[in-house]
Amino acid sequence: MSIASKTVAARLPDIVGPKHVTTDPAQVSAYAVDGRVPAAAVRPGSSEEVVEVVKYAAAEKLALIASGARTKLGIGSPPLRYDIALDLTRMDRVIAYDPGDLTLCVEAGIPLKKLSSTLAEHRQFLPLLVPYFDRATAGGTIASGVDSPLRQFFGTARDYVLGMEFVFGDGVHSKSGGRVVKNVTGYDLHKLMIGALGTLGVITRVNFKTFPSPVSTHGLLATFDSVEQAIGMRHSIAQSPLTPLTLEILSPRIAELFLSSATTRCETAIPSSAILSARHWTVAAAYAGRPEVLARYESELRRIAAECGAASVSVLDDNTRPAVWGRLRESLPILLDSSPATTIVKIGVLPNRMKEVLNTAVRAADAKQLPWAALARGLGVIYFALLPRERGDDSLREVATATNQIIAAVAAMEANATIPWCPPEWKSSVKLWGMERADIAQMKKVKKIFDPHGIFSPGRFAGGI
Amino acid sequence: MDSRLIQDLKKLLGTDAVLHQPEDLMLYEYDGSVDIARPNCVVFPRTKQHVAGLVEIANRHKIPIVGRGAGTGLSGGALARHGGILAIFSKMNRILEVDVEDQRAVVQPGVVNADLSAAVAHTGLHFAPDPSSQRACTIGGNVSENSGGPHTLAYGVTTNHVLALEMVLPTGELIRIGNSGLDSPGYDLPGLFVGSEGTLGLLTEITVKLTRLPESVKTLLAIFDTLDDTTETVVDITARGITPAACEMLDGYTLRAVEAYVHAGFPLDSAAVLLIDVDGVREGVESQAEEVAAICKAHHAREVRVAKDSRERDLLWKGRKNAFGAVGRLSTTYYVQDGVIPRTKLPATLRRITEIGEKYGFPIGNIFHAGDGNLHPLILFDARDEKQLKRVIAASDEIIQFCIDMGGSITGEHGVGMEKDRLMPLLFSESDLDLMRSVRDAFNPDALLNPEKIFPNKKGCGEIHVRPMPIAGAPAA
Repeated sequence: MSIASKTVAARLPDIVGPKHVTTDPAQVSAYAVDGRVPAAAVRPGSSEEVVEVVKYAAAEKLALIASGARTKLGIGSPPLRYDIALDLTRMDRVIAYDPGDLTLCVEAGIPLKKLSSTLAEHRQFLPLLVPYFDRATAGGTIASGVDSPLRQFFGTARDYVLGMEFVFGDGVHSKSGGRVVKNVTGYDLHKLMIGALGTLGVITRVNFKTFPSPVSTHGLLATFDSVEQAIGMRHSIAQSPLTPLTLEILSPRIAELFLSSATTRCETAIPSSAILSARHWTVAAAYAGRPEVLARYESELRRIAAECGAASVSVLDDNTRPAVWGRLRESLPILLDSSPATTIVKIGVLPNRMKEVLNTAVRAADAKQLPWAALARGLGVIYFALLPRERGDDSLREVATATNQIIAAVAAMEANATIPWCPPEWKSSVKLWGMERADIAQMKKVKKIFDPHGIFSPGRFAGGI
Repeated sequence: MDSRLIQDLKKLLGTDAVLHQPEDLMLYEYDGSVDIARPNCVVFPRTKQHVAGLVEIANRHKIPIVGRGAGTGLSGGALARHGGILAIFSKMNRILEVDVEDQRAVVQPGVVNADLSAAVAHTGLHFAPDPSSQRACTIGGNVSENSGGPHTLAYGVTTNHVLALEMVLPTGELIRIGNSGLDSPGYDLPGLFVGSEGTLGLLTEITVKLTRLPESVKTLLAIFDTLDDTTETVVDITARGITPAACEMLDGYTLRAVEAYVHAGFPLDSAAVLLIDVDGVREGVESQAEEVAAICKAHHAREVRVAKDSRERDLLWKGRKNAFGAVGRLSTTYYVQDGVIPRTKLPATLRRITEIGEKYGFPIGNIFHAGDGNLHPLILFDARDEKQLKRVIAASDEIIQFCIDMGGSITGEHGVGMEKDRLMPLLFSESDLDLMRSVRDAFNPDALLNPEKIFPNKKGCGEIHVRPMPIAGAPAA
């Protein structure tokens, strides 16, 4: 153990018990963030222990990064400092679940998979169809702010997180919101914690609104020759009375990756290679309800697809749908696996300008002969992945040029672009957070209140926060 | 001779836009709650520059400034608790932009809630949050209070429909937070500001989502002979995973007042009714309405009526939305609570409310958002009798305590304001409140903006003041 590690770890065994602290280089390296390895990793078993660890870190000015299954620590800027990894996976209990009220309180470290089987016993679910689903924890999902295809109908976490408990500042345990579905008591501080990458504090508990599982959910895939036709179908659906649960547009390469991706990440094999085409754009819509509702959706979607010039239309039922939707859920890891230097630009854009933004991104990628793939959520979020063939300086130069071009061009289209994922060693050369936000000063005010000593994930967030 | 302050305000806004005579100010010393507080002056800004100018004047004169829309609030949020400038946004009522394809609108804060929906109705869209006061209340007020309404059960409350805000901070800076596009990088500042009850900034522009109107709606009226059957029905509907667009409960007491007022055909001899909307695609609505009716019947509903047409639907909803006003026919004053409970606790809570009414000797009417467990017990009393008021507060506190004991909350949609700040410690520890106070102080350091709201005074608790005259009759959520 190095002197530095000894110093950092000094008090930790007293707080959580020696069994739950490690400074062994082989073990702590598993907690590395962008190559930076902490001196110690600590696994608290309760909110009280989190409070003590944070108090200690604040007193010693040690930087903390909280994590769950560590699947999404690659998001964000490299940490400026990182002394202690705060592993919350021991805090994995359901604290309260009232199926009759459709409300739930869980500890942050609970794996989503475990949680979803608990909910499934009562035919309920959370609309968190998020990447690394088999490992991801509730807390990590919320803190990283990753989105779910189900946001089309259910909104994002901010729409169904009812309240939270968290530890901030000098180690003060706090809460906001509550456990009931409607509540305006006090400031909604928990909304600030969503997607904050742990820069405001450590989430210890999350209260969710749960949702009844539909009787039956079907999926429709329509393939198109052009992106314009696919986006046209999206627009027609938006103007129809239909309210699908998910509505995504996939570029040809995403379809190709789905067809070739191993089933290890996803539930089952694609039922037939005919439903997806590596030469076409695909619109994927899921919808739920009783048989008469499913029939209505199918006929209406088929009609819209035909009007938009679909090359093929396939309908998947409860048994066949998970193969495609499992891959949709796992798009991010599938993309990351598909290139040694996958760089993903995430663009929030008005639906009306999706076509313009996509075309701009495609032009920027093509100009540098970079392979690319795109997944667009119908509400107006585009994941545009650049997939260089190798991870050298030449690729970096091309990717930096292309992403800079995309970021600048889409800013003029009222869109926000960021780069949530790229090789860590490239992070200093690309604009990870896109254009600077006008309200950065307000964000800094918030950061200072929650983290006066700068110990929570320093430097990982937008604006150098 | 006008004071220096009034001179400055008149110079900024013009003489017509500044009120300072006592007889004028009296009109602005109340809202829809039982609280009362008189401002020093009332002003009507017309532009964002006016708003920035007002903040500058307030800073210079070191007096509070409080924003206000239509004054329909039910917790004293838009009252000048410590006097100062009351800035009324009713003249900033323009819809600045409607983007039909992207389903967004940009509005000034003084736009009346129902006016936005009416303005976009021809496009098949609407603004989903629908407080019962929607014909009067403003979107700026909705944003400040994070307002709900009957149809928020399925569609979500105001915060679920706000994308971006422009506002003047108490420092005088004009800032924009959020973005028309989704997922702008950084902290969810709109999430913090919506529902901050006017304590962090004065809104100048609001970007909201517009929602497509459903293809089909069916309104059911389920009539019950006992309160328990009614509440058990709501529990069962929720537990079976059915989310109606709205599920409102009106007890017999309020029902009779409503019927005398709107003549919608509400049964006069029932214990309670449920007013339930199901909506969506035609095929789904049919089956859902049948399912809901079956559950009502299983819980001994005497009758389940389905509104024949939109006229009948509108009449039933008119009854619901004007209910608070109708209750004004029964009593000079009422005190309305806004507690929330888990839906599973509805039967026990309604029974407890009845007991509390009997214990204190007040009639209590219940007309509320049963589907999301948001209670509105209306305690009828005579505000001219000070002893009654004390007992009303005591009765109300018992109801709130029961809600909290059930795992609930003190306000579902009306806000804390100056009415419930003293109750905050029932839900939050002193350190929880301190963190919220530090957030307020970071944006509103000198308590210039809407002082002494939401958070209890550390010294002790404030007293509720009541206006001397009858107040019932205003439309309310």
